[in-house]
Amino acid sequence: MSDPTEASSDADKADRTRIAQQFIEAIPHARALDMRVDDLGEGRAVISMPWAEHLVGDPRTGVIHGGVVFTLMDTCCGAAVILHPSNPKSTATIDLRIDYMRTATPGQRISARAECYHMTRSVAFMRAVALDEDSDNPVATATAAFTVER
Amino acid sequence: MGDRNEPLQQIKARRDSALNALVKGVPYIGWLGIQFDRRGDELTATMPYDGKLIGNPRLPAIHGGVTAAFLEVAAIIELSWAGMWEDLESGRIAPDAAIPDSLPRLPKTIDFTVDYLRSGLPRDVYARARVVRSGRRYASVQVEAWQDNRARLIAQATGHFLMPQP
Repeated sequence: MSDPTEASSDADKADRTRIAQQFIEAIPHARALDMRVDDLGEGRAVISMPWAEHLVGDPRTGVIHGGVVFTLMDTCCGAAVILHPSNPKSTATIDLRIDYMRTATPGQRISARAECYHMTRSVAFMRAVALDEDSDNPVATATAAFTVER
Repeated sequence: MGDRNEPLQQIKARRDSALNALVKGVPYIGWLGIQFDRRGDELTATMPYDGKLIGNPRLPAIHGGVTAAFLEVAAIIELSWAGMWEDLESGRIAPDAAIPDSLPRLPKTIDFTVDYLRSGLPRDVYARARVVRSGRRYASVQVEAWQDNRARLIAQATGHFLMPQP
């Protein structure tokens, strides 16, 4: 039997995802990379994008450039900050460190999952992971600090 | 040292062609519109403003990820360029964009840390990288980006790289 509160929270979630997708599409560079919002929660987000020829950083292998993975992680962290239950008005990256653990497999979608692991009045502490279809072996991880405008 | 009597135009053409080969082989560098200016062995990366680079349409501001990608590209090209300079000058190598096998393999980024200092305005961005240490296997590179004023950085970054093995 379906629980009515769960049904309404599913509807809320679909609504939030739609709003977040509109938010992403309002960012010209996120649109240029064809980013898609896959999942959202309180202080967390999952955003993915497809592999594309023009994003290749190593022509010998067809592997996507690290800068693309960085951009996806940064966008995903920013979205997760905004989705924090304390309702930040806006945010900006203070610093972001990315560790490139392996090359992303050419042709596969890349998805980033970001979460806020600590929030203060003015700073959000974030971590994120980037995955391709082999989700047991992360492509990259990131830690970041973001500003929080109240 | 190269040949002291090598004609100037030939020296410039040789160096520009090698730099061109390094940069033109990478689709993502072309897609972001990044170019390199060369003065002797000194490189300055330029990323001309384009609407698709915007990350915050309200301000507007360049996407932080684009700034990071630009810094990483500048760091990788500087590292490869600095590494091939001696071989290029002595004539041991002659990279040519038309011959894929003549292109040097690029270093791989291990990690990259970006500090955002100011928001990127909808204007051209410049960057210069400095190889702090380059060993046989690992290298550490520092890179700075600015727009109108060289002294007012919009971002700086440090990265570690795995050097291509012969």
